[in-house]
Amino acid sequence: MGPVLAGVLQLLALTGALALVHIPAGTYMARVYSSTRHLRVERWIYKGIGADPDTEMTWPAYLRGVLAFSAAGVLFLYLLQRLQGVLPGSLHFASVNPAQSFNTAVSFVTNTNWQSYYGEQTMGHVVQTAGLAVQNFVSAAVGIAVAVALVRGFARSRTGELGNFWADLVRGTLRILVPVAAIAAVVLVACGAIQNFSGIHEVGQFMGGSQQWNGGAVASTEAIKELGTNGGGVFNANSAHPFENPSPFTNLFEIFLILVIPFSLTRTFGVMVGSVKQGYAILATMFTIWLGFTALMMWTEFAHHGPALQAAGGAMEGKEVRFGIGGSSIFAVSTTLTSTGAVDSFHSSFTGLGGGITTLSMMLGEIAPGGTGSGLYGMLIMAVIAVFIAGLMVGRTPEYLGKKIGGREMKLAACYILITPALVLVFTAASMALPTPPHSMLNSGAHGFSEVLYAFTSAANNNGSAFAGLNANTDWYNTMTGLAMLLGRFLPMVFVLALAGSLAEQQPVPVTAGTLRTEKPLFTGLLVGAILIITGLTYFPALALGPLAEGLA
Amino acid sequence: MNNSFANTARLLGAGLRALLVLTVLTGVLYPLAVTGVAQALFAGRANGSEVRADGKVVGSSLIGQQGYGLRYFQSRPANGLGTNSVNTRYKLVLSGATNLSADSEVLVKQVEDAKAAVVKDNSVPGYTVKPSQVPADAVTSSGSGLDPDISPAYAELQVHRVAARNGLSVARVQKLVEDHTTGRTLGFMGEPRVNVLELNIALKDLAAQR
Repeated sequence: MGPVLAGVLQLLALTGALALVHIPAGTYMARVYSSTRHLRVERWIYKGIGADPDTEMTWPAYLRGVLAFSAAGVLFLYLLQRLQGVLPGSLHFASVNPAQSFNTAVSFVTNTNWQSYYGEQTMGHVVQTAGLAVQNFVSAAVGIAVAVALVRGFARSRTGELGNFWADLVRGTLRILVPVAAIAAVVLVACGAIQNFSGIHEVGQFMGGSQQWNGGAVASTEAIKELGTNGGGVFNANSAHPFENPSPFTNLFEIFLILVIPFSLTRTFGVMVGSVKQGYAILATMFTIWLGFTALMMWTEFAHHGPALQAAGGAMEGKEVRFGIGGSSIFAVSTTLTSTGAVDSFHSSFTGLGGGITTLSMMLGEIAPGGTGSGLYGMLIMAVIAVFIAGLMVGRTPEYLGKKIGGREMKLAACYILITPALVLVFTAASMALPTPPHSMLNSGAHGFSEVLYAFTSAANNNGSAFAGLNANTDWYNTMTGLAMLLGRFLPMVFVLALAGSLAEQQPVPVTAGTLRTEKPLFTGLLVGAILIITGLTYFPALALGPLAEGLA
Repeated sequence: MNNSFANTARLLGAGLRALLVLTVLTGVLYPLAVTGVAQALFAGRANGSEVRADGKVVGSSLIGQQGYGLRYFQSRPANGLGTNSVNTRYKLVLSGATNLSADSEVLVKQVEDAKAAVVKDNSVPGYTVKPSQVPADAVTSSGSGLDPDISPAYAELQVHRVAARNGLSVARVQKLVEDHTTGRTLGFMGEPRVNVLELNIALKDLAAQR
């Protein structure tokens, strides 16, 4: 069997596993967020928070919950890093400097997990497990909560009520993320991922002498890092590090963890709006893009264009032998089409076009299937826009799931899709125009520009992967990527929740012969087209200067 | 104004309490529970899959090492590997890739130099390595810099040199490589590979028996 066929079979196996799991998983999640019962431990937690989980919230109240919880997260994580030097259990690591602490705190709270630090030499056990890994859980739960609020907006009528943020947050963490992550973590340990608190220890080497390793709660972090589409590794090499991702099986398993919640949420959506077919149309859109991009990635990586890769005889720079080109290509596309940003191979050393595909994947807004929750709400915003475009073409008032898409709804959707490109392009342009930020580039020419473009694309879209040659640990990049992450996470959430509130107040319009059938393949085609065209038009000039210039040279 | 300030403070307080409760659950109980299970069931793996030879720990089967002499099988280049730059009381291995681009002149030179070295080192009397024979993994740095494996093709290419340096027959060393070659998991996952540390331990044993 050749490597190409093996790569295709891995893709098929992954597709099969997701197809099997997404229906029960999605249905279960719909039940979690619709249930009126509370577990006993949840009641204790609500008592601790001082919140009544049965109070329905309007969209501003829901948003205030999101923002208050996230602000507390940033503050806590910032202080934890600033105080690391005096915290016990921190391996005597020094406190992290203010700019980097700010960047990292924002990064993990926004589900980005951009890392301007080297994990193994900077963060001790306490910051890793009680700080960073906690945000891996709760930032994912916040994402799902906001998506569920939007789905309730579609499903409910003549009410401004979107559910209770605290209940959604706690349930998502307790009933979905913790149990799955615990099982996944044990599977990873069984395959070789480490899980210990033995700190830094000296290990002998074959030729004599010794090397120093850092231990850590790696498997437990790795599981939620992928499941919550977070991406922040314990080690600098992230999921390329053998202690995080020891075997070909764990590689596929980790890709599965990345994709399982975002794909399954389409089922949750279908169940909650009362038509699983609507969920299938969204799922088909996500799957088409994911499959197409993966196929393109495999093609360009196996073809290995580029002088250095030609000289080497294969695109193995930055890739591990155990994963090969097939496994690395699937991981790269899955991590950038979601908001994960974990890497099992280094995107900067991919072919020019391969690097372009990872960049474009993020530019789509990470909606195919996207991050936990953020993928679904991003995709539903695109569906609203696609419905609007279709409405313009036939001259009818656009509707989606029985809700009219009027001026207010369109303004909110338009704001949503404009905010991220504005952040990416403005911050990139500023970094290129100012005298010192370009000094951070490792490579020169088109690829150097791509490093900066990639950094802000990754930050504003809350991905977290990098063309990691860029030295991002400067005050400029720590501050500016920090701002891009904050604005790129929370401004879109404002628009999503406002839209949800506005939809929930509407009375549904009846389905007639003239209604656009959004559960049909025609609509899926329209949606794929709208996504690719809107993103293409927005980013083509920037892509042409970077990845395209390199890839077509 | 006072009222909205009080409201904001109240809300932040709720956020902070929620965070602390969830920190206990996901940041303390969860990792400790997983560690407990891991240490009870898979202690060897949870502690880094250490490998022993002659009663001494000589590394981890998962972590590639550099600096094998020419008597032994060589691992992949690791030009992105570093040592720690902060908290320098330690000498930590800092995992990483080169991040050099496909059109980088620096990378072209690294690859060409590595290829020339592989050809030169592995050409022994009666066996000449052609540059076209050198597989990509032999001349490129891995993502982690700690890749424990090489491709079977790269191991194969080193057999003649290793046999000559250890006074072993080519067939014997070839057999050793075959015994240490791992195929794709279930026939399709990942790529075939040879674990360099395990191979070298077996080679050392074999050479000692001779």
